[in-house]
Amino acid sequence: MTNRSVEIGVNGAPVTGAVEPRMLLVHFLRLVAGLSSPRVGCDTSSCGACTVLLDDENVKSCTIFAVQADGRRVTTLEGLTGADGRLSVLQKAFWVAHGLQCGYCTPGLIMAAYPFVRRHCLDDSQADDDEIREAISGNLCRCTGYVNVVAAIRDAIHGGR
Amino acid sequence: MCGVAVYPAAFDYLDPTSVPEAIDFLQSHEGEDVKVLAGGQSLIPLMRLRFARPSYLVDLNRIRALRSLNLEGGWLQIGALVRESELERSREVRQRFEILYETTRVIADPSVRNLATVGGNLAHGDPANDHPATMMALDASVVADGPQGERVIPVRQFFLGLFETALEPAEILTEIRIPSVPPDTGLAYRKLKRQVGDFAIVGVAARLSLTSGIVSDAHLVYTNVGATPQRIESAAQGLVGHQATEEAFWSAGTAAANALELRDDIRGSSLYRHRVVRALTTRALCAARERASDGGDR
Repeated sequence: MTNRSVEIGVNGAPVTGAVEPRMLLVHFLRLVAGLSSPRVGCDTSSCGACTVLLDDENVKSCTIFAVQADGRRVTTLEGLTGADGRLSVLQKAFWVAHGLQCGYCTPGLIMAAYPFVRRHCLDDSQADDDEIREAISGNLCRCTGYVNVVAAIRDAIHGGR
Repeated sequence: MCGVAVYPAAFDYLDPTSVPEAIDFLQSHEGEDVKVLAGGQSLIPLMRLRFARPSYLVDLNRIRALRSLNLEGGWLQIGALVRESELERSREVRQRFEILYETTRVIADPSVRNLATVGGNLAHGDPANDHPATMMALDASVVADGPQGERVIPVRQFFLGLFETALEPAEILTEIRIPSVPPDTGLAYRKLKRQVGDFAIVGVAARLSLTSGIVSDAHLVYTNVGATPQRIESAAQGLVGHQATEEAFWSAGTAAANALELRDDIRGSSLYRHRVVRALTTRALCAARERASDGGDR
């Protein structure tokens, strides 16, 4: 089984590697790119802890091979934070609204919500709680009961425009 | 690279940039375990669990020609690489085919729908998938391209058995074609599931045509209650000639529940499913009636 050379733009910088075709994107991000925010939670495409942006859309990085992302852009939670460590609006909203407890699911939740929040900020449109809950319906959190997560996303839409 | 934490069995990977290139590869490897990858949202989980361990994976994602989503002359053409989320966000599609929007919205979750394809939902041949019933109700066709050229297969003849379709080993599903819906006709899809991401306990696609409040044609197709999508013509045709009332719909639902071979499984007993079929059928037909009577093909 031949290895493939890939170059993936991860958080704005190219990351290259010769990988087995069977390597999942989440493992590339963790083992090759050295990032810890994409988590391997359920291994069955259910929990969403591995959610990242592929180009600009949220996907589950445990359900796509690294070779498929060759030549494309991937953004992880690390890519939302400014170089000076300044948090993005959405990250800050999670912090302020206490939208996390143990934090395991948080990177995935934020990356799943990010394109949704951005679309609403760009359109200058509101999102009701049902729409917010639908947007993060592919992400499981076992601590918060989601109430503060929903509040954080709602606040980010208000604060981000 | 490292052999750490990589779950699928090893395979050789091919990412052709044209359909003929992909077909050539499939033809030269007939008899071997080759899988075609589109969205991968069913196949990759199966590979991770090693229920599928193909020797070769032919990834269609670099074939630009398969990305088109066109509405022309009333026909909707969905290329094999069109994602569920594209269908979900297209206002033109929703305006003309509300049932497609409705179906895509109940599939998995938004992150999965950003990769999952409509074509894959059909080609996978899983009776728990939602588009098969909807496409049968819409009387859609798929285009299969292979060594002998293209052929058009009506979706109603596409599903042969559990994970078994009319596609030949060297054929690729390249496109779905959906005819426009006449103004007197409405369609709706209803699905009951335990939670987001779970398969249907039961799903139903209903199609209803009306003339002055009288049913002139009807179709009912069910998800996840057999090895293939189950089209129950006896129950649907029993509506023809009758007033389109909720009582008539309830009777059709009862007839369908009696005609289906409902089983007990982890998602519910056969008795429970019998009741779900009756209720969902009634709701789907009521929604279809609304869409038929307001003169649109939604």
